[in-house]
Amino acid sequence: MSKIPAELRYTAEHEWVRIEGQTAVVGITEHAQAELGDIVFVELPAVGVKVAQNGDFGVVESVKTVSNLYSPLSGTVSAINPQLAEHADLVNKDPYGEGWLIKLKDFAEAELSVLLDAAQYREKIGE
Amino acid sequence: MERLIFEYSRAGRRAHTLPDAPSVDFGWPERQALRLPEVSEIDVVRHYTRLSRQNYGVDNGFYPLGSCTMKYNPKVNEKFAEKFAGRNPQEADSANQDLLSKLYATERMLCQVFGYARFTLQPAAGAHGEFTGLLIIRAYHRDRGDARRTKILVPDAAHGTNPASCTLAGFQQVSIKSLQGGVDIADLKKHLDDTVAGLMLTNPNTLGLFEKNILQIADLVHTAGGLLYYDGANANATMGIAKPAAMGFDVCHINLHKTFSTPHGGGGPGAGPVGVSAALVPYLPCPVLDFAPEDGGHYYFNYALPKSIGQVHSFYGNVGVLLKAYAYLRIQGSAGLKKASALAVLNANYLKARLQKVYDIPYPRYCQHEFVISVQNFKKQYGVTAADIAKRLMDYGYHPPTVYFPLIVPECLMLEPTETEAKEELDAFCDALLQIAEEVRTNPALVKSAPHSTIIGRPDEVRAVKEPDLNYFNSLGVFSAYTR
Repeated sequence: MSKIPAELRYTAEHEWVRIEGQTAVVGITEHAQAELGDIVFVELPAVGVKVAQNGDFGVVESVKTVSNLYSPLSGTVSAINPQLAEHADLVNKDPYGEGWLIKLKDFAEAELSVLLDAAQYREKIGE
Repeated sequence: MERLIFEYSRAGRRAHTLPDAPSVDFGWPERQALRLPEVSEIDVVRHYTRLSRQNYGVDNGFYPLGSCTMKYNPKVNEKFAEKFAGRNPQEADSANQDLLSKLYATERMLCQVFGYARFTLQPAAGAHGEFTGLLIIRAYHRDRGDARRTKILVPDAAHGTNPASCTLAGFQQVSIKSLQGGVDIADLKKHLDDTVAGLMLTNPNTLGLFEKNILQIADLVHTAGGLLYYDGANANATMGIAKPAAMGFDVCHINLHKTFSTPHGGGGPGAGPVGVSAALVPYLPCPVLDFAPEDGGHYYFNYALPKSIGQVHSFYGNVGVLLKAYAYLRIQGSAGLKKASALAVLNANYLKARLQKVYDIPYPRYCQHEFVISVQNFKKQYGVTAADIAKRLMDYGYHPPTVYFPLIVPECLMLEPTETEAKEELDAFCDALLQIAEEVRTNPALVKSAPHSTIIGRPDEVRAVKEPDLNYFNSLGVFSAYTR
């Protein structure tokens, strides 16, 4: 059973979002990183870019495959994880912590209601 | 592990002895000596012989790499192509009429097999063919004054090159969902509008299944004003049995290095000819190879194509590859091609029938030339992955099949035996896979730590991608192994 923190919200495409005051932190789930395998490269948007809910905001590349990243919420990118350029493997090692991908400001809080909670996401991945 | 040839170098050692000859010396400063390895002839021979023995190719054994059609490459193809090895493309067309006649005949035969008006033989590989075909689609829409069509629909089971080619050709790629091993028609309909330039499809698809709704799909796309592109990577199942043109595909590429038995892989040249229906002929890359019947007839390169997308390869493509495919086509004939496809399908179904007693086949209906197995159950129960099974197969002396493709099947292996394997070979391979399944149950650690017999086992793939060490010498001009 993979780790699925109860306080986060999830997309069906395996991203998570955590609300920290005025900021929404986005990453991919532990299940997603395990399925992808060793991650080699993460392509992220520039700070200031506007993203839409379910819109793609980047690409994650592993030794097995390349996948798009989809934003759980609409908002404006306020930060990208600076460590990932050199250490993409942080996404494998600590997907809910040091392996976060982007932070959003001015995000649409109402959109949280259409995301999956931990139990729904666990059901989605068949665990 | 074999060392680099530079590591065998010893100052003054030579592979040749030349007689004294008068020297020409004006006393000018010498150029800096080249940093070539100094080795004897037998050092060279042994080094490369050792390397060749560590290699694995279709001449060594079974090579069931799905979606790659690793069929045997008959040596007579090479003999035939060698006859033209000394030709120079800068020579006048009149000096190469015999060679051009073979290329022209190759195009005509491909038109017969696949049902198209014309083929360009220029593209050098499958993805190059995709790119060329998409540029033709773009030129067609623009020529009609329809610049809104900026999207190409690609099923989520497609070869990875399809979305890449779309992007490179300036299109936006839109992914279409799969349903029960085929295109999800409802999802397709949802995306069809007047911004769609076309749909790229492989048939049989990457699950090895024939897309039974192809006529309906073609009708839907055509009605919406789009064109259909056929990714011919899986054409080995359909030669002489089903023509992509008759399925409604307007443009197609095929891989001569898969379907038509020219060598494949190892970085060597390929060829990805592109066929088009009559309406798209004006946009073909220039030149096209034409025949003028006057004065006894002659072949010539025709550059007078004002609507052409332009040249996509120097001269006329990888001519050596084209000649080998010509030899294969002429030796097989229409009956031989049809039989090759029939045997490829039979071999795949034989493998599938033996393996499905033990392995999970997510789409169990009759397959075409290849099929996909999933070891998701092994992963859940024993922690053994598709990669582990592939690695273990190497201990049994086989090249592993394709793994983790198509993306829509978890922990999958894709097997394509091709028509050139005998029943004994297929049986031995099945025995190995069945034995491995037994090992997964009784000794999963053995499988998870495989391979145990190869020179390289499990390379650090992340480091290989991020820190490739491809130079003999570092920036100081010192062989890098000495500085580590």
